[in-house]
Amino acid sequence: MITVENLSKHFGPKVAVKNLSFELKKGEVLGFLGPNGAGKSTTMRMITGYLPPTAGKITVGKADVVDSPVEAKAKIGYLPENAPLYSELTVQGFLNFIGELRGLSGADRDKAVSRSMDLCHLQGVRHQSVDTLSKGFRHRTCFAQALISDPEVLVMDEPTDGLDPNQKHEVRALIRRMGEEKAIIFSTHILEEVEAACSRAIIISGGEVVANGTPDQLKKKAKGAGQIRFQVAGIPASATKSDLEGLASVSSVDVNLEEENMLRGVVVPKEGQSARASEDIFKYVSSKNGLLQELAVLEGRLDDVFREITETSV
Amino acid sequence: MNSTARHIWTITKKELRSYFSTPLAWVLIVVFLLLSQGFAFMFGGLLEYQNASLAAFFLYIPWIFMVFAPAVGMRLWSEEHRLGTMELLMTMPISPWHAIVGKFLAASVIIFISLLLTFPAWITINWLGDPDNGIVFAGYIAAFLVGITFLAVTGVISALTRSMVVSFIVALFICMGMIMSGWPNIVSELDNWIGGLGQKVSQLSVLTHYNELTKGIVVSTDIIFFLSVIGFCLYLTAVILKTKRA
Ligand SMILES: Nc1ncnc2c1ncn2[C@@H]1O[C@H](COP(=O)(O)OP(=O)(O)OP(=O)(O)O)[C@@H](O)[C@H]1O
Ligand SMILES: [Mg+2]
Repeated sequence: MITVENLSKHFGPKVAVKNLSFELKKGEVLGFLGPNGAGKSTTMRMITGYLPPTAGKITVGKADVVDSPVEAKAKIGYLPENAPLYSELTVQGFLNFIGELRGLSGADRDKAVSRSMDLCHLQGVRHQSVDTLSKGFRHRTCFAQALISDPEVLVMDEPTDGLDPNQKHEVRALIRRMGEEKAIIFSTHILEEVEAACSRAIIISGGEVVANGTPDQLKKKAKGAGQIRFQVAGIPASATKSDLEGLASVSSVDVNLEEENMLRGVVVPKEGQSARASEDIFKYVSSKNGLLQELAVLEGRLDDVFREITETSV
Repeated sequence: MNSTARHIWTITKKELRSYFSTPLAWVLIVVFLLLSQGFAFMFGGLLEYQNASLAAFFLYIPWIFMVFAPAVGMRLWSEEHRLGTMELLMTMPISPWHAIVGKFLAASVIIFISLLLTFPAWITINWLGDPDNGIVFAGYIAAFLVGITFLAVTGVISALTRSMVVSFIVALFICMGMIMSGWPNIVSELDNWIGGLGQKVSQLSVLTHYNELTKGIVVSTDIIFFLSVIGFCLYLTAVILKTKRA
């Protein structure tokens, strides 16, 4: 649905986006992560045709964003950062305006506006002037605006910014649900959101892609990912430690607590042998008739990955 | 309606709604009426002219529009920059031209309404005397053209800045320059300085072409002058909006 090839953007001498390439298919939800100033918004502005790229090519559907902007823009619903709105209009007036610009009129427009107001829970404020809305409602109004034409592609810059926890939850669910039949890109600083809603995530830093994969794949890149936490009892601790270290799949053992008949710690398996190592530990303990009180492969945490990747690359 | 006309109309409608949703448009129109009628009666001696005409009223129109048009047009693009809605507008599936023309039309409607509301003066002179209504009509056309020309100029300036105050002041000075360059005193000064310069410069002045039109001789060159200035300004607006994004 969206193809981005070698996209770059310079602001004078400043390089905001550098040689960015990725692809997004229908049915995918792509999370866009990166520290402040990484170039997320700039990339989205280029995809939606607001900023012209310095170099590179963006295709939405079959339309090139630079060569046939109107065609490309018709396919994209866009929620800009900070949710801008026309302050003199009412919520409904604003949505009607956007609906008309998107080529809807008469009963079709009314139906589309009413549907997106339902999705974003705006019916209660439909006659309220936009500049008297609270921040969260302003955000929802702009979100509703992006959904009006039921576009094939949604580009959303921090869609849950300023929403209360219930709304955040609901927006994530909505994104996941809509993602089944659309191609969605959204940026966020909330990493749980990526796990909750994305089928894939890209981390960018300094305008370049530094990681790209499913949330699970990314989590495996965390330092502690794949290590095995264990606790055994009923067998002499000192022998257990050296025996575990002797297993073929194990590289080292860090002991946290050692008593006469109890050992607790973390096993660092050899590269890529995490599953194998936990099996070996299990077999070893049962062969000694010990009691395995805990055995868990540690998952990486996305914010560890994020911190490690983006801190080293700056 | 084809899609171009529909998009332009959507923009125009929304702009008009914005204008009238605050007291701004009403205040401006009332001030315009007070000024234009007041000047005509007090300084122009509207009712003292020998033969009934609106000459006294039309005399001050360029000077009043020099302030009024920038006040009407200053928000056109500055407001979009300030609110950040430019990003919404420019990612809609429309051509930027639709927005440029739609906004220009909406502001022109304000000028049109203002001129329309001066009709009591026209009724008065027809009641008191026997004016040449052809000349009156030509005067209104000339006034409207000056008004929307100044609007187009203001549009260019407001595309440059997010501050309405700045776009008002800069546009006002440019409009003033467009009048002054045809003002007899200045023209003769320039002529004294370099022979023939004043005449050349005054050909580019709004005032020169306005005066020709208000005489009742509707010459196509004068109309073409106004329309080309407007066309050029709208084009310049498009270029500015584009380069501002890059
Ligand atoms: N119009 C502009 N002129 C100059 N520099 C700009 C412009 N817009 C963005 N930049 C720069 O480009 C870089 C990327 O900005 P961008 O807004 O894309 O970051 P971001 O990833 O969205 O950050 P955040 O998480 O804070 O929203 C920043 O260094 C920013 O200062
Ligand atoms: Mg951003």
